[in-house]
Amino acid sequence: MSSQPAQYNLVVRLVHWISAVIIIGMFAVGIWMVDLSYYSSWYQTAPHWHKSIGILLALLTLFRVVTKVVTLSPKVEGSNLERVMAKAAHHFIYLDLLVIFVSGYLISTEDGRGIDVFNWFTVPGAGALFEGQADLAGLIHFYAAWALILTAVVHALAALKHHFINKDNTLRKMIGVS
Amino acid sequence: MKKTLLAAGLAFTMAVPFGASAADYVIDSKGAHASVNFKVSHLGYSFIKGRFNNFEGTFSFDENDVTASKVNVVVDTTSLDSNHAERDKHIRSSDFIDASEYSTATFKSTKIVDKGNGKFDVIGDMTLHGETQPVTIDAEFIGAGKDPWGGQRAGFMGTTRLELADFNIPVMGDSSYVDLELHVEGVQK
Repeated sequence: MSSQPAQYNLVVRLVHWISAVIIIGMFAVGIWMVDLSYYSSWYQTAPHWHKSIGILLALLTLFRVVTKVVTLSPKVEGSNLERVMAKAAHHFIYLDLLVIFVSGYLISTEDGRGIDVFNWFTVPGAGALFEGQADLAGLIHFYAAWALILTAVVHALAALKHHFINKDNTLRKMIGVS
Repeated sequence: MKKTLLAAGLAFTMAVPFGASAADYVIDSKGAHASVNFKVSHLGYSFIKGRFNNFEGTFSFDENDVTASKVNVVVDTTSLDSNHAERDKHIRSSDFIDASEYSTATFKSTKIVDKGNGKFDVIGDMTLHGETQPVTIDAEFIGAGKDPWGGQRAGFMGTTRLELADFNIPVMGDSSYVDLELHVEGVQK
């Protein structure tokens, strides 16, 4: 792989940081909105935005995975164990995102209702696919979201460790400075 | 003299309030704050209750001049739900409402008669099973005002009895009529 780049390309970097901001925001909003009172002025709006952004993030993530596959990535640095752990964490993040997207969709569509994305378009509902769908999907959505945030914390700490302790290229290749 | 003028002025403002303009509402079927329910006799021994899950409609309503109000509803007859899939299939079949042939039922008001105290008759044309018949819905204003999420809402309930024979729907045994119970909440456009 002589052509292996030193940094991630601009598109991959942008999508990474946009996803990071959205995911942290969505987690915070999600935790907050489920405890809103019915009479809160946010009771309708917050879930509507959460669902809309969730659908858009799912589309962005699909684009991200395709881009990742079809473009070259810089090499992962560190010890053998670190490289295996890093790969595992990255794959878990993608897999967990898929679980979060699917479970979120299943919460809102059990009765066949679609999901309105900012009143731009509606993703059709598939109806009830299994018994107790909305409740079970809700539990999965909650734990998968926590797992994602905890993994992201480890991921960020690892990047900082490489940057400040190993003083290698790990964080730079995602920020885009050499 | 001053008092008389004041009294006359007050009486005038109360009789012709605020320019009498009707507001337009969308029936909140999306949020399921409205329902189209029916009740029909079972063997003459009891009643079964069911509903149509999918419908949409609009109304205009003027609290100060109820007679200027209008309502339009379209019901998806294939969405019939009596909490029993096999019975739903039977009612949807050509034995009864023939939902595959007549997949919508509509109601369009033609006249409102104010009976006072928030009660009124909604007279209009009901189309069901391909037959259009005049129907009078016994309606009641329940309440109106702001909701907590930035909208304005108004709600009503209404009841009416449909004779199945009027709509050319086969009558079996004691089930010759259907009582409709309608709960309608609209969000102002």
